[in-house]
Amino acid sequence: MVQHLPALLVVVPLLTALSVSALSWLAPRLCLPLTFGCLGFSLASSVGILMEVIASGPVVYTMGGWSSPIGIVYVIDYLSAPILVVVTAVALINLVASSKQIDRDFSDKKGTFYTLYILFVTGMVGIVATGDAFNLYVLLEIAALTGYSLIGLGQPRAPLSSLNYLFIGTIGASFYLLGVGYLYIATGSLNMADLARFIAMPEHSSSTMVMFAFIICMTGLFTKMGLFPLHGWLPNAYSHASPASSALLAPLTTKVMIYAMIRVCLYVFTPAYVFGTLQISNAIVWIAVAAIVVGSLLALTQKSLFKMLTYIVIAEVGYMVGGFFLGNRMGITGSALHIINDAAMTLCLFLAAGAITYRTKSDSFSDLKGIFKRMPFTMTAFTIGALAVIGIPPTCGFFSKWYLIIGGINAGHYGFAAALIFSSLVNAVLFFRIFEIAYFQSPGDSKDHHHHGHHRHKDKMVEAPLSMLIPLMITALSLIVLGIYTGDIVTHVIQAAIPGVIS
Amino acid sequence: MEQIVTAIGAKYNYIVYVILMMIGLYAMIVKSNLVKKIIGMNIFQTSIILFYVSTAYKTGKTIPIVPYQGHDAVHAADYINPLPHVLMLTAIVVSVATLGVALSLAMKIYRQYGTLEEDDINENLRSEEGK
Repeated sequence: MVQHLPALLVVVPLLTALSVSALSWLAPRLCLPLTFGCLGFSLASSVGILMEVIASGPVVYTMGGWSSPIGIVYVIDYLSAPILVVVTAVALINLVASSKQIDRDFSDKKGTFYTLYILFVTGMVGIVATGDAFNLYVLLEIAALTGYSLIGLGQPRAPLSSLNYLFIGTIGASFYLLGVGYLYIATGSLNMADLARFIAMPEHSSSTMVMFAFIICMTGLFTKMGLFPLHGWLPNAYSHASPASSALLAPLTTKVMIYAMIRVCLYVFTPAYVFGTLQISNAIVWIAVAAIVVGSLLALTQKSLFKMLTYIVIAEVGYMVGGFFLGNRMGITGSALHIINDAAMTLCLFLAAGAITYRTKSDSFSDLKGIFKRMPFTMTAFTIGALAVIGIPPTCGFFSKWYLIIGGINAGHYGFAAALIFSSLVNAVLFFRIFEIAYFQSPGDSKDHHHHGHHRHKDKMVEAPLSMLIPLMITALSLIVLGIYTGDIVTHVIQAAIPGVIS
Repeated sequence: MEQIVTAIGAKYNYIVYVILMMIGLYAMIVKSNLVKKIIGMNIFQTSIILFYVSTAYKTGKTIPIVPYQGHDAVHAADYINPLPHVLMLTAIVVSVATLGVALSLAMKIYRQYGTLEEDDINENLRSEEGK
């Protein structure tokens, strides 16, 4: 049983998704417990695998007993194990937090929603666990298709945003597939470890076909993760979706795509090829700098909470891509650490914004007046999330940013370090503007036509339901806990994940 | 000149797939009708299937099945590589699923706005925001 955990991580959610879909006709009340149980199992088993990886090194699972270059293998190493825990934990926390929202938004389609939700997690977990380049594409599409549907379920502008996302997402995934095709022609293999062995050979590392494969794979993944200037689909898709969907998609999709990028670069194309043979990393860091600056500036121009958060997500993608392509140990450590931290921060902010819109039915800044008095606990969690995004110790955001900035300085890339500091300052402006509105402005200011009784009613506490508050508080707390344990995470997990050739 | 012609003759499958791909991309970017965009997307995906399948082909070779009386197709050089075909079966399933999701989203959009022309929908949205 235990040695089959890597396969069960994908198989159990896949089968549960089918049963939830059947149950939604027979016994709709059982859908939520079953979904909860399935995600609970996923979280428990990924924590178990993480423990095993830390104790005794990477776990390799051969599907059906077919060994490595011929069969499909699942490889869970120091890089994928912590991301697995993050993916399953975010899915479980958001499920609990959003159950009320799901009841309200999708009362007649709950079974469908839960089915898509589990399938999405299946795809994400599979992307993280797989050791096969083509299998990665299939799981990428499973996650993407369910993601489009989860967004499209929202109202009223969501279907159009989702369709636009679908067009761009399909182009991205197809480019990745095309890149894998060229790799297959060049090497005759699809297994990641096997591909890395081939690419290390001089006749492949000098071939233009492998270079083309790298460029087109990366273009596909950059499109999927919303790296500027390929970010066009992201803001509308995430802000028009129901908060229950966007709090799942926003923390996971972009982060897992960055994980896929790191995996493909380090374990398929090998660091020597990506950072040495190809003279491309400096250019990509400059693109990332543009992503950080433009994402931050566009976030400043927004007038509603969710839109602003989506542009922050775009800037954060720039952090991680730039940090990785610095090509030194500090930068890659920061980038991998930021995947974990940013998933938690984004989840915290989206959950808080979801709780606010659950009560106020609007997320525009003008409706946030006096929200601190009405929803003190939600806003406390939001504040912690905001401090983490700005990068104030002891929240986790500070530490990953620290690694990224040091990485930028070590690599002599001062533009990247400057962009990070600029973005932190812009984030500070963004969030303190919200605090100003939410704490100091009273709700009755501009609406004097309300009679007095109504006015007083607006100052009363209308906190979000407990099923939303508790997961939100746990997430906010985890930001501080992750920050305090940064040293352990880096020394025991992330350092071991980065190949020794990178100094 | 002669070299170019022979190069094109030997690798025409790549040229055809790139042309198909560009037709698909063009339709997705330029057309304003959503269904035409979806058709473009499908052409785009099909071009990649063509690319994969054509790379497996070997002139004059046989199918990858070992005959009963076994006289050929035991050596890899004698049969057409089956692996890209198998991969593309999966890719075809993915593209059908994508098409299904795209069409159902288009239906939802049509019910909401009464049109599939992107310009009309945008105008609709602008006038909604103006209210």
